[in-house]
Amino acid sequence: MSIVSINKLNLYYSEFHALKNVDMSIEEKSVMAFIGPSGCGKSTLLRTLNRMNDMINGIRIEGEVKISGQNIYSPDVNVELLRKNIGMVFQQPNPFPKSIYDNIAYGPRIHGIRDKAQLDHIVESSLKAAALWTEVSDNLKKSAYGLSGGQQQRLCIARALAVNPQILLMDEPTSALDPISTLKIEELIRELRERYTIVIVTHNMQQAARISDYTSFFLNGEVIESDQTDKIFTTPTDQRTEDYITGRFG
Amino acid sequence: MADNGELRHIAKRKRKNRLFHQLFFMSTCFGIVALALLLIQVLVQGAGWLDWDFLTSYASRIPSRAGILAALVGTFWLMVITAPLTFIIGVATAIYLEEYGKDTRLSRLIQTNISNLAGVPSIVYGLLGLTVFVQLLSMGRSLLAGALTMTLLVLPIIIVSSQEAIKTVPQSLRNASFALGANRWQTIVRVVLPSALPGIMTGSILSLSRAIGETAPLIVVGAVAYVAFLPSSPLDTFTVMPIQIFNWASQPQAEFQNVAAAGIIVLLIMLLSMNAFAIFLRNKYQKKQ
Repeated sequence: MSIVSINKLNLYYSEFHALKNVDMSIEEKSVMAFIGPSGCGKSTLLRTLNRMNDMINGIRIEGEVKISGQNIYSPDVNVELLRKNIGMVFQQPNPFPKSIYDNIAYGPRIHGIRDKAQLDHIVESSLKAAALWTEVSDNLKKSAYGLSGGQQQRLCIARALAVNPQILLMDEPTSALDPISTLKIEELIRELRERYTIVIVTHNMQQAARISDYTSFFLNGEVIESDQTDKIFTTPTDQRTEDYITGRFG
Repeated sequence: MADNGELRHIAKRKRKNRLFHQLFFMSTCFGIVALALLLIQVLVQGAGWLDWDFLTSYASRIPSRAGILAALVGTFWLMVITAPLTFIIGVATAIYLEEYGKDTRLSRLIQTNISNLAGVPSIVYGLLGLTVFVQLLSMGRSLLAGALTMTLLVLPIIIVSSQEAIKTVPQSLRNASFALGANRWQTIVRVVLPSALPGIMTGSILSLSRAIGETAPLIVVGAVAYVAFLPSSPLDTFTVMPIQIFNWASQPQAEFQNVAAAGIIVLLIMLLSMNAFAIFLRNKYQKKQ
């Protein structure tokens, strides 16, 4: 069952044609990896899904992006509710300069939840879902900045999960982290797949092969191939895909 | 090993390094020494004349009976009206320029003009206040007119320093907030302002310190020196400490110099208390983070 359906999507940064005729489906409760060389549109497409691109001046979009059957670019869509339903984790961990508790409670509070008992429950379950609870439960009032890089990134994941999204977007979430934190987060992604649809941009092909169910290969703003991960990495259809995967260019 | 030419060159570089080190140090000393001399001079002249009577009496032609009460209360009320006005308008403007109106032609226009306004001589603000507040809006030579004039005077300082403070908040934090479904207003109130507050407070300290010491524009707006009552409403006539001090310092009798010095001490104490309070607020907020 596909939850995201992209049809003939074209995106322009002023004159620059950044995404060309993208057609793609993303299956519910699976992990989709976007791979490809730098600057070929992976992050741009990711940001299109939660309309974070709206904030860039001079952006023009043609085509359709449907999430759960609804075109997210139609004028009656409430962008804030859309973003509540689609969480995002960035490459550099970006916790707020607040306590661990307040970081996680930020999202629910924005959307109107004020009851302390409810917030306590959400904070605990989000931290557990992000595999961070045991490490921080003794002092939730501590500043988020006191955590290590890997812990901060898991905090950002917990923060995104706190508003109960259906989809989680991750833009190179482990590229700024050490190998052990990377491994922990990859394990986390495998667990989260049971409840969420995850789209992850990664430069690390081995990571894509390890954790994703489906992979899309991007080149110069086009999606060259999009298929099950096994197939892409063993018998790719397009020569360019094979060249990239075997390291002939990158 | 280095040859003779290289050794000579190294010695020359070391000398130059030491020379500049000493020059920079002496420049610093110059500033500190000047400030210290000023303070000592004021304390020596005025400390003897500073007593309870001084604080509770009105101005007088007789040095021993002269007091700073009217000016003290005038300055106090001036700050009480100016501070919140300039803070609210200034910070709101900075928020608009940085968060809502960024990169629009209007905000670029405003931006250029604010920087220019910061450099306009204060007497010009005095004339503006006289024309607009005192005469056009019929406020008369009142405390309110003076406070509004001061508000305009220090507004550019608060706007620019608040903008700088808001600029230091990383875009990544705003992105995190938007990605969670917050709108711009929520992001400003919950993420940007709390982070920018220390810088904004510093800017407020700077601007209010300027306002408390202004003399010429307030004379133009009508603050007079011989006020023998306390203002009971914002529309009353008033005086402020710098004007009173200036008036005393201009008197022929030598003793009035000491009275002026005592007045300066009171002004400095008031300034330091105001700054200490702002720093206290800033630190309290920084700890919360």
